[in-house]
Amino acid sequence: MSTSDYDPACLPDLLPLYYRRLFPFSQYYRWLSYGGVSKNYFQNREFSFTLKDDIYVRYQSFTTQNELEKEMQKMVPYKIDIGAVYSHRPSQHNAVKSGTFQALEKELVFDIDMTDYDDVRRCCSAADICSKCWTLMTIAIRILDRALREDFGFHHLLWVYSGRRGVHCWVCDDAARKLSVAARSAVAEYLSLVKGGEETVRKVVLSDPIHPFINHSLSVVERYFQQYAIVDQDILGSKESVDKVLAVFPVDRYFFKEGSSVSYDLHFSCVSVKSNSKKGGQYFDKEIMLQYCYPRLDVNVSKGVNHLLKSPFSVHPKTGRISVPIDLKELDTFDPFEVPTISLICEELEKPRAEEAEEDDMKDKENEQEAGERRRIRDYKRTSLAKYVKVFDRFLEAMARSRKGEMLKKSGEIEKDSVFHIHLILAFTLQMD
Amino acid sequence: MQFPGRRKKVIGSSQNDLYDHCLQFYGQPPLENISLTEFETFAVERLKLLKSVENIGVSYVKNSEQYVKKLDAEFSSLNFPLRTELGDRRVQGGTSEYEKRRKDHISHFILRLAYCQTEDLRRWFIQQEMDLFRYRFGELTSKHKTDFLHKNNLKYETVSAEEKKSLKDKLITSSYGLSGITVEEYDFYKVPFQDALDLVRTRKVYLLAGNAYIPHHEIVTIVLNDFRTRLSKALAMTARSLPAVQSDERLQPLLSHLSHAYVGQDYSIQKNMGKISLEQIDALSGKSFPLCMRHLHKALRENHHLRHGGRMQYGLFLKGIGLTLDQALQFWRSEFVKGKVDADKFDKAYAYSVRHMFGKEGKRTDYTPYSCMKVILSNPPSQGDYHGCPFRHSDPELLKQKLQNYKVSPSGINQLLPMLAEILELVKGMHYQLACQKYFELTHNVEDAGFSLNHPNQYFTESQKLLGGGLEIKKEVDMSQRSQENPANMTRPSQANSKQAHEEMGDLDSFFQDE
Repeated sequence: MSTSDYDPACLPDLLPLYYRRLFPFSQYYRWLSYGGVSKNYFQNREFSFTLKDDIYVRYQSFTTQNELEKEMQKMVPYKIDIGAVYSHRPSQHNAVKSGTFQALEKELVFDIDMTDYDDVRRCCSAADICSKCWTLMTIAIRILDRALREDFGFHHLLWVYSGRRGVHCWVCDDAARKLSVAARSAVAEYLSLVKGGEETVRKVVLSDPIHPFINHSLSVVERYFQQYAIVDQDILGSKESVDKVLAVFPVDRYFFKEGSSVSYDLHFSCVSVKSNSKKGGQYFDKEIMLQYCYPRLDVNVSKGVNHLLKSPFSVHPKTGRISVPIDLKELDTFDPFEVPTISLICEELEKPRAEEAEEDDMKDKENEQEAGERRRIRDYKRTSLAKYVKVFDRFLEAMARSRKGEMLKKSGEIEKDSVFHIHLILAFTLQMD
Repeated sequence: MQFPGRRKKVIGSSQNDLYDHCLQFYGQPPLENISLTEFETFAVERLKLLKSVENIGVSYVKNSEQYVKKLDAEFSSLNFPLRTELGDRRVQGGTSEYEKRRKDHISHFILRLAYCQTEDLRRWFIQQEMDLFRYRFGELTSKHKTDFLHKNNLKYETVSAEEKKSLKDKLITSSYGLSGITVEEYDFYKVPFQDALDLVRTRKVYLLAGNAYIPHHEIVTIVLNDFRTRLSKALAMTARSLPAVQSDERLQPLLSHLSHAYVGQDYSIQKNMGKISLEQIDALSGKSFPLCMRHLHKALRENHHLRHGGRMQYGLFLKGIGLTLDQALQFWRSEFVKGKVDADKFDKAYAYSVRHMFGKEGKRTDYTPYSCMKVILSNPPSQGDYHGCPFRHSDPELLKQKLQNYKVSPSGINQLLPMLAEILELVKGMHYQLACQKYFELTHNVEDAGFSLNHPNQYFTESQKLLGGGLEIKKEVDMSQRSQENPANMTRPSQANSKQAHEEMGDLDSFFQDE
């Protein structure tokens, strides 16, 4: 059994333990400092906490990693959100002249929520998820990850399980953090294909020419469609659901071969469609696949520079699951139900320690603070949280390498400039003779 | 920011250097002396040009044949540079290309002074200048476009032939109207996606590694974005320096006159307060109300109620035609009380919102009556609403019926059907304001409305003028009326124009005698 029975009533006891011994503060701080390149980047970052009894506090900010730890251990937040990096310390925003306190930068974020797919999934609805519909998240991650990297040129993406029914993406590149509201909204709209609310039946409309982005996305959807839609969701399994599929067509008549065998292939060969419409309807098979599978993102989450989003490694109070980073190399085997809950990892903490641990105890006696950290590192390593922190570590490594590369490039340029400068001076002095 | 008209040293630059392209970004302010006469003439003429850009843009599909024809005519009659070379033969007795460009340059900066002060003014100015720029850029030859880009440091990298070849299929499918041949022939520019947001947002461009691959003919969108950003920043800066300008007594009245030539028509200034009695409203609604307000009035009378959207649109309109707060309260209460709302509830719930409209509650903003644009574009009506623009929001069949019922003048029966057809055609083409103008012509039995409709209260005022109604339309309105006149009528020879301008100058000169 990989998940202990989680009971929200235990949160008040589990959370303090989590924040004292398991939350990966040093990696967290390392992330949000972004190499210390920008002054006060961490200090000017807004955090918001939801405390016990739903008390919500905004504009929390911290000057050091230590202060962050102490405050979180003291306040014991049930939920943690990360906001923007402001022009001043958020905790002092009231002291700033009105109008000058502004959100300056933030990661570009995306929020994919399973409830947005309720009209096209038959297995669950609302906050429920299951292995059958989880494929939608897999598809979403593949499509968006590719587009953000290949089309937009971003490199540092952190995908995180939200803890209940969706995933978040944090795009952490320098360029991404500096994007304006207009740019963020343009990116989100570029990535949006499914449009319309309750009253809209046909939510995807394709017309010639089909943009390369759509083609890329389609090839991802096609890979999963047979298993996901035809088998798992069984969208052609009952007259009712077939009607729903066919309702999307802009056609006047159709007929459906009754009594055919269960498995239908991608091109709806068992369904003949007579199309009387002038245009459209030529890509209906693609449109249906996209309507059933293409990622649905909330543009409003991505637009705002000051929008607050759930923090990685925070706990989901309803499910107890930790918001863990997702390893894209293992995406197809990711199982949201295997994600550790806070009760599980706290339980794992209590297990008797391995022998190697005793050696470290000796070193601890020398340095208290380091000891605390080392202990914490040992602690999470003994739990199921370990592998997720590793994913996070790799992500941070990649960013650090990239920053180093940038700095080398820049100093190389400066060097080149100064060399040129020297040549000029020499040339001058030579001439003067 | 340096202002013409002040004593500044003249920078002697050769003609060719200063205005070497017929189009510019207006990056550098002019640095010469000009007379006050030129100052005002230039400004007024540019304002006329911008108003034409606005009107023609509303009346015709952008870049259609008629649009181009009309706008070209405006350019020539007002002497603004369009597409000619600097060295071109000077038309006998006309303005040289150089002079046109100089006027373009100076007039733009003068209008910046007039239009930087409020958000609304800025927005309007930027919108028209952008449309103007877009038109002029579009009219340039390919070579001139490239020249312009280079001269203005828009160093967008061109995509190499090899890269184009390798990306050929992708480029073809990502931009409308491209083929293998055109991809080979056209220049493509590599632009960071942040500079091409409009194209990215609508997925009309190929993206790779953060760069948008823009075909030559689309580069205008990019350039426009750049233009808008620069102008927006510049206006903000201008606004900050404005107090210095306003302290110059020669300029202040001119500048406020210029901005009122546009703003004055928002009907926020109630010129005819108290000149209407409540008893007149029913009759007026049939004679002088635009269709939207007539519709709202009828719904109010029939249902003894209107929802919020309707109350706002109609209530503010009534304020604009001259109802006082007390009259308004009486009007709404008497109607609502006939319905399900008792006097007490009215006083508690609805009276507040009426007072709010008149700026007597809350943050005390004196709300302005909605313009046509606002009615058409925002807050579409849903089930149970009667607000909005009937030409935009009603089903065409229903609209047709309504129009047939509302036709006022019996003598025009022969005209009715063709007129109705014309109106419905305009509606189909989304020219809602023109359709309403036709409705005006139909109900007032005139061939030409004589104005370009953009505000319901304008409809009312014009109607009253035509019918010789009992309201005094103050003379101040005239100056702005002139600049609003139907562009089709602005074919007066330029001599008449300058004569008129001269007369105005005459008055101004005497005004500034102590100069």
